[in-house]
Amino acid sequence: MAAPHIEVRGVTMAYGRNVVQRDLGFTVGRGDIFVIMGGSGCGKSTLLKHMIGLNRPAAGHILIDGIDLHSATPQELLTLQRSWGITYQRGGLFSDLTLAENVAVPLEQYTDLDDAEIRDIAAYKLALVGLAGFEAYYPSNISGGMQKRAALARAIALDPTLLFFDEPSAGLDPLSSLRLDQLIREISESLGATVVIVTHELASIFSIATNSVFLDAATKTQLDVGPPRQLARSSRHAVVREFLARGELSAGAPVSERSHPS
Amino acid sequence: MTLLTGCWRGEATLPSVTELRTQFEAARSEQWRFSAGDSFEWDSRLLTRLLPIARYCETEQIELDLSALPPAVARLLGLALAVAPAASAAPPRRTLVDRYRAFWRNLFSGTHASVAFVGECTLAFGRFLRGGANTRGIDILWFIQQCGPQALPIVALISVLVGMILAYLGSVQLRQFGAEVYVADLVTIGMVREMAALMTAVIMAGRTGAAYAAQLGAMQANEEIDAITTLGISPIEYLVLPRMLALILVMPLLYLFSVALGLGGGALVAAGLDVNLLQFINSAREAVDLTDIGTGLFKSLAFAVVIAAAGCHAGLLSGRSSSAVGQATTRAVVHAIVYLVVVDAGLNILYNELGI
Repeated sequence: MAAPHIEVRGVTMAYGRNVVQRDLGFTVGRGDIFVIMGGSGCGKSTLLKHMIGLNRPAAGHILIDGIDLHSATPQELLTLQRSWGITYQRGGLFSDLTLAENVAVPLEQYTDLDDAEIRDIAAYKLALVGLAGFEAYYPSNISGGMQKRAALARAIALDPTLLFFDEPSAGLDPLSSLRLDQLIREISESLGATVVIVTHELASIFSIATNSVFLDAATKTQLDVGPPRQLARSSRHAVVREFLARGELSAGAPVSERSHPS
Repeated sequence: MTLLTGCWRGEATLPSVTELRTQFEAARSEQWRFSAGDSFEWDSRLLTRLLPIARYCETEQIELDLSALPPAVARLLGLALAVAPAASAAPPRRTLVDRYRAFWRNLFSGTHASVAFVGECTLAFGRFLRGGANTRGIDILWFIQQCGPQALPIVALISVLVGMILAYLGSVQLRQFGAEVYVADLVTIGMVREMAALMTAVIMAGRTGAAYAAQLGAMQANEEIDAITTLGISPIEYLVLPRMLALILVMPLLYLFSVALGLGGGALVAAGLDVNLLQFINSAREAVDLTDIGTGLFKSLAFAVVIAAAGCHAGLLSGRSSSAVGQATTRAVVHAIVYLVVVDAGLNILYNELGI
C-alpha cells in the first residue's frame, strides 16, 4: 500500500450538540483516488469540509502529509493550501472575474510567471476541461455544468498534488461526466496526485475509485473502508452491498441473483 | 525532430510556440516529432506549448508524433483537444453606437419597469385592503421588528446629534442679536418640519433599503423568486408588500421618536447658553402646531414608500450572481437617497404653495 497522504484518526464531526458522524478513521494513500460515499445527508460534504480545514472536528485529528490541520502553523497551512486544489458543490467561481481570470487567480497568487504565460496556462486548463474558447466568459454567461468544469480548471491551475472534489459530476451530462472521470484519472496518474471525491454516482465510483469509505446516516459512523468492487462483493454490511449493487446491475454487469441479507 | 531536455515545468523559461514551430518548419519534415532527452521534467507548462502546436498540426494536417514522450503527455493533450474551441470565442465587443443605443433603450425600459412596478404595488395594495392578497401578516410583523425596534439605537444617536448641531448652528447667529432664547424655536421647527424625517429616512435607506435589496437579490440568485412565481404567488404581494407596509407603519413612529430626541439634544446645548429647560419647552410648544407635525408625518410616510420601493425594485431586478446582488444593493441605496431628496424638495415647495 502506498504511503499515507491523509490520515483521519478517530474523528467526530458535530454541529453544536448535533453529531453528524463519529469515530471515523481511514487512510488515503498517496496517488489514490479515494471516494467518500453514502446516502444523501449522511455527512459526506461535511467530512470533506473537515478534511480541507474549513470545519474543526469535535474530536480526533486529520493529518495531511503528517501535519495536523488544526494545529498547523500558518506557514504550514499555507504550504498545504498551495499544494491542493478544491472544487465546491456549486462551483465557487468568482462571479466578477472571467473564466480565464478565475483560473489565473491561484497562478498570480503563488507563481512569478508573467501575464502571457498565465494566460496560456489558463487557456490550456480550460481546454483540458472542455471549455476552450470560453476564456472571456463570465460565470453567469455559462451553464451550471460548465461552471463546475471551470471550477475544476481553477482547482488544477497549480498542478496540485492533492485534489478534493465535492460532487463533481452532479449536474453534468453523461458524456461530460465520463470525460471528467477520465480527466480525474489522468491528472491523478500523470501528476501522481491524490484525489478525494465526494460522490454517489456509482458509475464514477466503479470506474475511477481505488479506495473508498462508506458513511451511514442511520448509525452515524463509517460502515466500511476498501476498494468499491471489493466492498460490493464482500462487505460485512448489507447496506453497503445494497448501495453498490444497484451500480453493478445498471452498469450491465452479469445480473446474478441478488443476495438477500437475512 | 525536437529533443526536449531539461526542465519544462514550474517557472522555467521556455521557448515560445513560434520558436518551436520555426524549428520544425526549417527542418521541412512531414512529421513533427518530440522526444524526451536527458533529465526531462515537465508539468502543465509543457502542455501550454504543445497545445497550440497540436492545434496547428491539426489544421495543417501535419502528423504530430509524441510517442517518445511520457504517455501521460499525449493523454492529457488528447483530453485538451477532445472538445473543439467554441466558435464564438468571446462575447462580442460593443461599439460606441451600440452603447449609445443601449443607454436609451435601458433608460426607456428602466422607466417602463419602474412605472410598472409602482403600478403593480398599488394594485397589490388595493387587493391587500380588500383582503385578497397573498400577504402573510406574520411577515409584516417580522419586518416591523426588523426595521422598527432594532433601528432605535442608531436613530436615537443620530437624532440627538442633529438636534445639537441645529442648536449650535443657530446659537452662533442668534447670539449676535442677543436672541439665544430663540434657539428652541429653531431646533423645534428644524427637527419637526425637516431634519427628523429626512435623517431617519437616510438611516433607513442605508439600513433597511439596502437589506431589502440584498435579501430579494439573493433570493433571485437562489431561484427562490422563480419558485414563488411558478407557485402562482405574486412576488409583489408575497415579498414586496410586507416589507413596504412594515416600513410605512414604522417610519412615522421613528419620526416622532427622532423629533423627541432631537429636541432633547437641542435642549442640552441650549442649557449651555443659559436657556433653561422650562424656557426651552415653552418656546418649543409655541413654535410649532399640529399642522407642522402633520407635514413631518406625511413626509416620513412618503419617504417610507420611496425607500421600500427602491430597495425591493432593485432586489427584484437583480442579476443572479453575487456581484449582481452587490450592484442591486448599491442601486437601492443610491436611488433611495436621490429620490428622498427630490421628494423632500417637492413636498417643501408644495407646503410653501399651500401655506402650511
